[in-house]
Amino acid sequence: MAKHPVQFRLNGSDRATFVDGAENLLNTLRRGLGDFAPKYGCGQGTCGVCTVLVDGEPHLSCLTLAVACEGRHVETASGMADGPDFHPLQAAFMDHFAAQCGFCTPGMLTAARALLAKNPNPTRDEVVEAISGNICRCTGYEPIIAAILAAAGSSGARRA
Amino acid sequence: MALYEGRGMASVNYPIGMNLGGDPSQALIHSNPDGKFTVALSAIDLGQGMKQVSRQIAAETLGVPIEDVYVDTADSDTGPHDMGSFASRGTHRMGNAVIAAAREARGVLLEAAAEELEVSADDLVTDGRGNIHVRGAPSRSITVKATALAAQFKQGRTIAGRGIFLIPLSAVDAETGEMNPNTAFAHACLVADVSVDDETGEVTVLRMTSAYELGRVINPRMVEQQLAGGAWMGISHALYETPEPYYPDPEHGPRDFNEYLMPGPGDIAPYHVTVLERPAPDGPFGGKGPGEMCANPVLPAIANAIYNAVGVRVDELPMTPEKILRGIKANGGVRPQPRRGGPANWR
Amino acid sequence: MLEMRKDLFADERDDNLNEVGKGSQRQDMPGHVTARTRFFDDHAFDGLLHLKVVRSPHAHARIRSIDIAAAARAPGVKRVLRGADVPVNKNTLLSLINFGKDDEPTLAVSKVCYKGEPVVAIIADTEAQAHAARKLVRVEYEPLKPVFDVEEALKPGAPVVNETYPGNYFEYHERFDHQKLRFGDVDAAFARADQVVEARYQMSPIEHAPTETNGTIAAPEHNDRYVVHSCAQGLFFSLGTTAKILNLESNRLHFIGGTVGGGFGGKVDSLTEPLAVLGAMLTGRPVRYVLDREEEMLTGSPRGAERIYVKDGVMRDGRIVARHIRSYFDAGAYTRLSSYAAIKCTAHIPGPYSIPNVSSDVYVAYTNRCPSTAMRGFGVTAVDFAIEVHMDRVAEAVNMDPMELRILNAYRDGDMKAHRRVAKNTALIECVQVAAEKAGWPLSDTARRQTSVASGGAGERGQIPATVIDQRGQIGRPDTRTGGPTQTLPAGTTRIALSKEPVMEGARDGRAAPTQVPRYEPAPRHEPARAQPPAYAPQPAPPAPSYQPASPPPAPPAPAPSPAHTQHGAVRFSSVFGTRRR
Ligand code: FES
Ligand code: FES
Repeated sequence: MAKHPVQFRLNGSDRATFVDGAENLLNTLRRGLGDFAPKYGCGQGTCGVCTVLVDGEPHLSCLTLAVACEGRHVETASGMADGPDFHPLQAAFMDHFAAQCGFCTPGMLTAARALLAKNPNPTRDEVVEAISGNICRCTGYEPIIAAILAAAGSSGARRA
Repeated sequence: MALYEGRGMASVNYPIGMNLGGDPSQALIHSNPDGKFTVALSAIDLGQGMKQVSRQIAAETLGVPIEDVYVDTADSDTGPHDMGSFASRGTHRMGNAVIAAAREARGVLLEAAAEELEVSADDLVTDGRGNIHVRGAPSRSITVKATALAAQFKQGRTIAGRGIFLIPLSAVDAETGEMNPNTAFAHACLVADVSVDDETGEVTVLRMTSAYELGRVINPRMVEQQLAGGAWMGISHALYETPEPYYPDPEHGPRDFNEYLMPGPGDIAPYHVTVLERPAPDGPFGGKGPGEMCANPVLPAIANAIYNAVGVRVDELPMTPEKILRGIKANGGVRPQPRRGGPANWR
Repeated sequence: MLEMRKDLFADERDDNLNEVGKGSQRQDMPGHVTARTRFFDDHAFDGLLHLKVVRSPHAHARIRSIDIAAAARAPGVKRVLRGADVPVNKNTLLSLINFGKDDEPTLAVSKVCYKGEPVVAIIADTEAQAHAARKLVRVEYEPLKPVFDVEEALKPGAPVVNETYPGNYFEYHERFDHQKLRFGDVDAAFARADQVVEARYQMSPIEHAPTETNGTIAAPEHNDRYVVHSCAQGLFFSLGTTAKILNLESNRLHFIGGTVGGGFGGKVDSLTEPLAVLGAMLTGRPVRYVLDREEEMLTGSPRGAERIYVKDGVMRDGRIVARHIRSYFDAGAYTRLSSYAAIKCTAHIPGPYSIPNVSSDVYVAYTNRCPSTAMRGFGVTAVDFAIEVHMDRVAEAVNMDPMELRILNAYRDGDMKAHRRVAKNTALIECVQVAAEKAGWPLSDTARRQTSVASGGAGERGQIPATVIDQRGQIGRPDTRTGGPTQTLPAGTTRIALSKEPVMEGARDGRAAPTQVPRYEPAPRHEPARAQPPAYAPQPAPPAPSYQPASPPPAPPAPAPSPAHTQHGAVRFSSVFGTRRR
């Protein structure tokens, strides 16, 4: 089967690999480049555990063609920490016990990261909206919402 | 259209561990030469917090700080046999196995320290901060680290322990159902406040208030995780979830998360839990296990609240808008029941 | 949102602990937030192959023929497996503890019993190639009449779902088509009750829907062993099941797992382990078998539906004097764990209440749907729904507040339970009282004064009553569904020996030892011993933070010196170490 070369930045480093034309970014990241942060939960765009950032925008990597990322910047939860220091969202997730099995966590963190990059002081409703494509079967969502608001230093009470 | 509010309650108990017993758990603990302990298990952490529960129990029993204990699970080459993580058995069964292993390891640790301090091991205590000293004489002390080094390089002792916990399998009488099911039970009572829309049949859970008796709480933050996540799942079971909406007709089933309904982050209800601790006589430090029961009282409490709101008994799960509207129609309209109590006593 | 009531049962605890009781950070949390946690699928293997199965499109059909020739020749396909390739192609999960007959194939051979049953497995270089080759497998089916309703399935002449159990029911004790519970004389009590309240409840099947679907990666290791990255909820349970199906010695399997993306009971069945290992054995390459979301939804064993009939006899004052429960577990096509759930359900009846006459008949019925399995609250969730909605009905029938009805009928320490064991360590009443107070739901003074600790076991409450038994449902008898009482067992009859219960040293009277742990120095704070707090304090608790870690405000009473205390408060289990029996 013909393979296509593809090059993009992954968490700040230049990476290159060969992919099948129809291969999704999720598979390329996991099986091609060894970044296991994005998970497979449905492959249909309905669960959000595969969420990554492409040029800062949240994307479902299971529905994104790897070849479409040529020359772009892909960021996953593996690259969130600043060296040994936790990203404020990571620290807030820890403080709020916002993970149980942890399978949804990389995708949740990434969705939250995209939100705070655009909207550093979100309301509770805006947080809910930002993670509404991410399923968590364990926590009941409340600790996740609280953690995101805390990371933003926001009470969530600002009127939109 | 009108919204009708209603309130319902349910109270339940839950058996801890596999019914009838016969479900052993084993643990192995050993120290490295610096007095840092590894707990080897084959228990499974599927989010409930098995690793941290075992770690806290091991640290408590060993008498060392939590940072000095690491739980390694699960590898069948290194972790001894365990039945598995189900039936709310993890904390109770594995916790007891970890205590037994940690007690044995602690015994060797104190013997090694006694040899260094030239006292009897019976006179030694740990301070939980990495030191061992003579009871009542804190100045006559040795660190756990120095003890482990001495044990390894001077005395030739292994600071290690083995533990197993087993309630032997019980039989069941064919005619009376007599059996020895479980030795520990947890308890709960939950009150649900709902509103029901008589035009759409939609139910909103306004708030829930509960009390859970869980034996000794090993870690309150993780208990909170279980109870909050379980209550969410209870709402989901009660109002939304089914792979066969017209059971026993197998048709019209959902295939993915678009069709299989669960409440999202915008649909959660404020929830208050009070936790009571009546230690289980045979639980680790009296611990039971909250993991499974936390959805159970939610389903009937919501059903009873719906009846209280509009006078419709929905006896088939899930309690979908369709069933509620059919019930209202069959009754010839809503029939609100007497209100129960006043506003909740929190927040 | 979490508040601790340390004042309740304080005399049964010593809260002077170092690590237990603290809200310390989870050991796995740093890994979760940095995405360094490794789940079964987060392992790289060179030359990884992918396994996909061909599933039955019919709920019930005979298999006439299977033609795999075209699939085997398809691009990238390394191997196609049929039932004949599976060394021991019939298993039942609980055979590991000697319960039930082997009834389920790994790959169906002569007939399929549910829609989605695996028939053929394809192993290929890529997932896409495996998917494509699936379409080339030709299976010829002869559709059979299916049965989907549990009560229909038990009627004479219903289609036989599972040939191992031709009556469509699990056989209990090789004698009965259901599990019985008999305690007292329910019929006499119904006759004497002021009211009889009856209703039917139906639990839906439910999907576990963990965010991580079921899956396994198996790879040849060295020394003729296979490493298996598994999502199993029971590592050795899955290892044992795989070893049995593949007819391997257990030490040829090296299972690694323990970190699972949610399970809720849906990862107990070893759905993927045996085929992945078989694939690795036959190809000599690493094989990955992961369910996609649709497979997980449709064929990844749900919580089984249950149909439950409850009949209560109640007196005007609210005392429930008799409860009968008839319940049907929908096992789907194969047993898996349903037979166990029905016994657990039986042990749970009549719920946390003290009722002098109780009986139940719990059936496990086979239907042509995906086999059901354990799920959070297994055997209990559905019957709790039924019982607790029924309690609401009973409260209405006798015009009583539902909280008061619970407290009036609640079991207490010393009460005899329907399975003929004495209740200990109960706390239902206190939970009801605290929830009522927090919810602003007023209780009578009488209800607020009740306690689980006192007044249980008094008089008849602590006795096993004379019990009417019957042979209803006996396998092979012509009048098997009916039949009256055959015998009355005298009061106090027991026939099952007590199991050896582990005894924690220092525990007495069914209560936990005040201290079961190493003592710490410096010694506990020397606070004056306080009067024992009442079991139920009607005043609201002092406002608490969302949770309270260490140092609870009300100091526990100074622990009394315990005579049975061994060094360091030893915890020993007589059944295990043979040291000490109560
Ligand atoms: S795997 Fe991409 S949304 Fe579910
Ligand atoms: S923590 Fe398990 S799915 Fe979110």
